[in-house]
Amino acid sequence: MVRDNPILEVKNLKKYFATPKGMLHAVDDVSFTIDQGKTLGIVGESGCGKSTTGRAILRLIEPTSGEIFFDQQNIRRLNKRDLRIIRQKMQIIFQDPFSSLDPRQSIFATIEEPLKLHKNDMTKNQRRERVHELMDLVGLAARLEKAYPHELDGGRRQRVGIARALASDPEFILCDEPVSALDVSIQAQILNLLSKLQEQLGLTYIFVTHNLSVVNHFSDDILVMYLGRQFEKAPAEELFSNPMHPYTEALLSAIPVPDIHHVMNRIILKGEITSPINPKSICRFANRCQYAFDRCRNEEPKLSEITPKHFVACFRCEGKSY
Amino acid sequence: MNNELNNILDVKQKQQNIIEVKDLCVEYITMEGVIKAVNTLNIALGYGKTLGLVGETGAGKTTTGLSILRLVQDPQGKIRSGSIFFEGQDLLKLSEKEMEEYRGSQISMIFQDPMTSLNPVMSVEEQIAEVIERHQGLNNENSIERAKNMLDLVGIPSERGREYPHQFSGGMKQRVVIAIALACNPQLLIADEPTTALDVTIQAQVLEMIRVLREKYGTSMIMITHDLGIVAEVCDEVSVVYAGHVIEHGTLEDVFDHDLHPYTQGLFESLPNMKDRKIKLKPIPGLMPDPTNLPLGCPFSPRCNYVMDLCMEKKPERVFRNENHYVECHLYKSDTPVESKVRING
Repeated sequence: MVRDNPILEVKNLKKYFATPKGMLHAVDDVSFTIDQGKTLGIVGESGCGKSTTGRAILRLIEPTSGEIFFDQQNIRRLNKRDLRIIRQKMQIIFQDPFSSLDPRQSIFATIEEPLKLHKNDMTKNQRRERVHELMDLVGLAARLEKAYPHELDGGRRQRVGIARALASDPEFILCDEPVSALDVSIQAQILNLLSKLQEQLGLTYIFVTHNLSVVNHFSDDILVMYLGRQFEKAPAEELFSNPMHPYTEALLSAIPVPDIHHVMNRIILKGEITSPINPKSICRFANRCQYAFDRCRNEEPKLSEITPKHFVACFRCEGKSY
Repeated sequence: MNNELNNILDVKQKQQNIIEVKDLCVEYITMEGVIKAVNTLNIALGYGKTLGLVGETGAGKTTTGLSILRLVQDPQGKIRSGSIFFEGQDLLKLSEKEMEEYRGSQISMIFQDPMTSLNPVMSVEEQIAEVIERHQGLNNENSIERAKNMLDLVGIPSERGREYPHQFSGGMKQRVVIAIALACNPQLLIADEPTTALDVTIQAQVLEMIRVLREKYGTSMIMITHDLGIVAEVCDEVSVVYAGHVIEHGTLEDVFDHDLHPYTQGLFESLPNMKDRKIKLKPIPGLMPDPTNLPLGCPFSPRCNYVMDLCMEKKPERVFRNENHYVECHLYKSDTPVESKVRING
């Protein structure tokens, strides 16, 4: 195992979509690294580019520019064949277990498919054994192998999605809102399963979610995105105890806390997210920010390291730089 | 600030409940069998108060809300028995025509998904005005005027009234839905997961707005949600619903600090702890029972860590911890003082 090098490195990733109204900046200059066996949480609200970032890394969406290194291989330079090989190592779990499984394939066939695709030296019997192993690993009873997705509840369907992702022995899994469609009691089951698998198999995760309490529980580092930009990046504990960007501050204060003794200190943001189409080069949060001053409306702050490992893109923090 | 509210409340008989649902049973008849969505459910709500109806998917929360408005889909859905008293009047005894006078005027509902609850081919001000015209007998011009005021009230510039739903963001659409629901100043507002489809900063805006409006008009509210954080923030009392039945009820303090039912405890422990991220989640094992084939005894018994033989044979009865707080669980006996058996540290 290589420990010194990060397993995944993303440099200046951009994804723009051409729309009739102009260029939509979905992901605008995002860079980060993840060490093996760690979890990076990407948080933000609808339209901040968190899912697009994840998908661009897997080249499920072709990035506009930027570099992605996985195990020191530049993913963007790979041809189709090599990409298919490396995708064995990079898998994805989708948000909606109701629409990400083929309704006409049994659970067995669903989990077997990636084995047929990626492990063509396996015999039929070996595949059967491996499917059962995987089902056991994610906590699916063997009797369910003949069932179809519609016969399963959301939690079990998500387990099928996880088993399928694990089939090709990945090193990295992109979890795109994996528990958002599930009830809290089931959500906890799936989160615990994902941490168990990470420990057992040494997996590296990117955890894309809008749910801040989930991301806090689950991540080593957290990246906060807003309108395609990275606003703040820090180790989870640091980010939650010492949020520096006004947006992060508002986002954290907006979480309803299930404790009646919790003293609410809520920052209610004015207005709504501005359009991501042809954004001006000013702070993208300036119109909602309670601290915004002239400079914020004239130039765009860059992400800079304010304290060790804590990066913020905000003019207010610049003076605090160490 | 509260003078106005108190005046409104004084006029009503304070001791009486605005709404009382008694032993409500609702079924859906499907190809797979009879789904028992709501099973002898009881809730009550005092004037000006907010009740949180908490539970997971399929617990029967929305069906309860729809039953109060008598909007349960017929012919599949049937209110089998029970009564729903609104200001002393049993709504289930009213004719359809009489019921129409209540809907949207005295009782309103905000639905979960603002994307599908608005009419895409009507401007938003017309949609608000429609309710006002129907229930308050104003002419078109005056009701549009009122609709514009409503838009201002929910924080949308009234100039935007002529626009159509697709021109608004999710949070704005939900504000329009709230404007429609509040247009006739209803006495009871049923909010069914009103912020679930919204982002957290927008959710904070909408919850704040609901709070301000309720304070202003003294509206009573039933908040249907699965989010205990929202309950802690907006509700006075909580009813925890499981398999169509209230298994624990009490004030916020009762339920949050002295939770008695193993299911209530399970809900709390399934949530990631914001203060200590190292605490391991304790999911509730298993799944909700099949609503076409509910357990004979306690509906939670197949998932319960404290299950005893008795739980599988007999439905538990209500045991009171104080005059307001009750639980239905065999762990507790009515002849001994009730102290939580599921909570180790308060």
